[in-house]
Amino acid sequence: MAKTPTLRPGNTADLIALIDAARGAGTRLDLRGGGSKAGCGAPVDPAATAVDMRGFAGIVDYDPAELVLTVRPGTLLTEVEALLAEHGQMLAFEPFDHGPIHGRAAGDATIGGVIAAGVAGSRRLSRGGARDHLLGFRAVSGRGEAFVAGARVTKNVTGYDLPKLACGSWGRLFALTELDIKTLPRGETALTLALDGLTAPQAVAVMSRAAGSQAGVAAAAHHPETHHPAGGVTALRIEGFAPSVAARCALLERLLADCGAVRVMEPAEAAALWDDLRTLGSLRNMPVLWRVVVPAAHVCRVTAALAPTPARWVMDWAGGLLWVGCTAEGLPPATLRALAAAAGGHADLVRADEALRRACPMRAALPPALAALEARVRRAFDPAGLFETGRFGDD
Amino acid sequence: MLAMPPVDQAVIARRDAIAQALRAIVPDGVIDRPDALRVYESDGLTAYRQPPLLVVLPETTAQVSQILRWCHDQGVKVVPRGSGTSLSGGALPLADAVLLGMARFNRILDIDYHDRIVVTQPGVTNLALTRAVEDRGFYYAPDPSSQIACSIGGNVAENSGGVHCLKYGLTTNNVLGVELVLIDGTVLRLGGRTLEPAGMDLLGVIVGSEGLLGVVTEVTVAILPQPETARAMLIGFPAVEAAGAAVAAIIAAGIIPAGMEMMDKAATHAAEAFVNAGYPLDAEALLIVELDGPQAECDHLIAAVTQITQGHGCTTCRISENEADRLMFWAGRKAAFPAVGRLSPDYYCMDGTIPRRALPHVLTRMAQLSAHYGLGLANVFHAGDGNLHPLIMYDANVPGQLEQAEAFGADILRLCVEVGGVLTGEHGVGVEKRDLMPVMFSAIDLAHQQRIKCAFDPDLLLNPGKVFPVLHRCAELGRVHVHQGQTAFPDLPRF
Repeated sequence: MAKTPTLRPGNTADLIALIDAARGAGTRLDLRGGGSKAGCGAPVDPAATAVDMRGFAGIVDYDPAELVLTVRPGTLLTEVEALLAEHGQMLAFEPFDHGPIHGRAAGDATIGGVIAAGVAGSRRLSRGGARDHLLGFRAVSGRGEAFVAGARVTKNVTGYDLPKLACGSWGRLFALTELDIKTLPRGETALTLALDGLTAPQAVAVMSRAAGSQAGVAAAAHHPETHHPAGGVTALRIEGFAPSVAARCALLERLLADCGAVRVMEPAEAAALWDDLRTLGSLRNMPVLWRVVVPAAHVCRVTAALAPTPARWVMDWAGGLLWVGCTAEGLPPATLRALAAAAGGHADLVRADEALRRACPMRAALPPALAALEARVRRAFDPAGLFETGRFGDD
Repeated sequence: MLAMPPVDQAVIARRDAIAQALRAIVPDGVIDRPDALRVYESDGLTAYRQPPLLVVLPETTAQVSQILRWCHDQGVKVVPRGSGTSLSGGALPLADAVLLGMARFNRILDIDYHDRIVVTQPGVTNLALTRAVEDRGFYYAPDPSSQIACSIGGNVAENSGGVHCLKYGLTTNNVLGVELVLIDGTVLRLGGRTLEPAGMDLLGVIVGSEGLLGVVTEVTVAILPQPETARAMLIGFPAVEAAGAAVAAIIAAGIIPAGMEMMDKAATHAAEAFVNAGYPLDAEALLIVELDGPQAECDHLIAAVTQITQGHGCTTCRISENEADRLMFWAGRKAAFPAVGRLSPDYYCMDGTIPRRALPHVLTRMAQLSAHYGLGLANVFHAGDGNLHPLIMYDANVPGQLEQAEAFGADILRLCVEVGGVLTGEHGVGVEKRDLMPVMFSAIDLAHQQRIKCAFDPDLLLNPGKVFPVLHRCAELGRVHVHQGQTAFPDLPRF
């Protein structure tokens, strides 16, 4: 079947008309931003109409002293980050562009896509995820109705916290048309401390001790093989005002003295390491990529079980996030999902060929009662299933 | 008069049978003596009182599940209650509803220092969580002023804040998972010990849902290492505008203090008279700025804040030299509510949030309203995040003053929304701000929220009469377009 042409609404009235028309015709709508995550999930139903949301672009309001940015979702992530950087601020959840993970050029990711997919990077450990930074939004639901939720202030408990639900909804509840996002000051300085040659259990112990200390570790990651023949590199990122960073680093050096030599990473090495945790460049030869979220205390159950397999991995969030790369034959999805579940977590399929993406849902199955509740919540916003395109396998 | 859902007389007529059925589930946990029920007749919003039909005090998740399933099957309404400290009437009983008290869920279940997590039952108090982990150098960050009494379950229901939430977040940013019982008795786990849940973030909607979606029977929270040092600064300004500009400049300089509080002259005088904290009585606005972290960081930030506030014309600036000083600086602020209570027979505490840049305008308008209503006003203000707590002074024994105070409060909240803010920053909507929801949200906005309610509780049995100004039946909400003009609530007498 030929794919229907893409629609590109430019305002809320057009979007409502488009949704009303789709509801009347029984057409499904595939809401898209820059397409950087188009490789996630099962292939979209070819009969679905693609809706390019990049017509909703531009900064609506930004007052750095209020710590709030109002932006339309089609705005490029790079544009948002550049604007905030000009004012010494940042998106503290450290979102990133999934394009390179899927073999595409960087630069296409939109802020709406980042929010809808709930993308958070290494600083998730200390500063929360996308869900902790979306304060409010405007959207059009599957009922063809424009509505608002949350607000443009950082402290608000008026009504249900629908912004939490928007993050990680992958466009299955409503089409976002405007976002109110919390911004925070960017640390004046950042330093990365490293320990070399630790095994995974040693690294997890070091990261736990560091994250539980008064050093205020912004991010903690472990790369098992790239940098050291005997083991990996364990990296602790410290951010803030220069005197604070110096004091925190000194504290960590004392705290970890019995764990091995603590060195300050050269800026280029540190930049490459943290960049690798966004692009997963070190796993680029692995056709299948999994994102495994587990309690850090149990992550080594997963890594130990992976040791005899051809799978490779890198660890972020002090062990709370494990990116696992493998070949299609090397590690059956059911095996990895069972490992993640046994460790108290779950595994999302991020990259795979079309055949595997058809066969294996992006997300692990939820317990039946929870899946039923989630379906009722989806239907509350989208009664006709207009935004269900087969991509997530549980329509 | 505050309207509440129509009382179902048939349910009241079945009171004894309902008590018997609940006793079969919790033999030692049903209260039905009228004098004993009076204990539960109000929460922290004491202007409203209504003894419940019955009180049931379960102690296991299985009992909660059985109680809710039974009530669901029988069409009996349920009002969940934690410690009863809500300032918005979130736990106000209904004459025809079972009050489900969670006080017996009082155990901490697990402390995991490796992943910095505590798993607790919901009846444990906020402060008890910190007490349980402080000897190992940890604490639970959200610190509502009722923390000695309020429960974690109530914190989850209300998404409670506190003076430190500017830097450390509200409850929602510190909760990782809950066990939840739906009205039909289904037991679910949302989130858990991981940094992200599987599936959609339903946990994010549960936090702050004010007991309308389910009953939380277990909570997993994140704990943080206590900062190495904390120091406070007490800074007086000759004008509110200068204090507001200094706050904006501190944040624009990249500094997020652990706490940043402002008090106006009336609140400063009341607090000083109460606790003798050494507050400057000539200041029109007083800032308390707390900085925490390593000693070197505190020193650096204190120097930076000193320079900024001097640049904005502060008239006094004191820096705590020791823990006793720091606690004394805070003592006045923490006692501000009872201090105002000494000046006036009654006070009514409001809770709007505004964009901070609107502060001078809002303070001017509030002063005009104060003159208009002839009621005194003192302001304490979480300056960092724009959360206002105006305290309206009145005398409930003077006929009409309570109504005047409520009208004044409603005008303040309308003003907050008018300048781009919200009705409630941390106290919740409850019954108190329920009828003001249309000031902030359209009927369509509210319908989108209430359909969430329908997804969890289609018969609207959990905590009815709270949050939503109009009770739409779920079948009616299922239609595509929202219609105006609904059955009104009958009136509830007020005390």
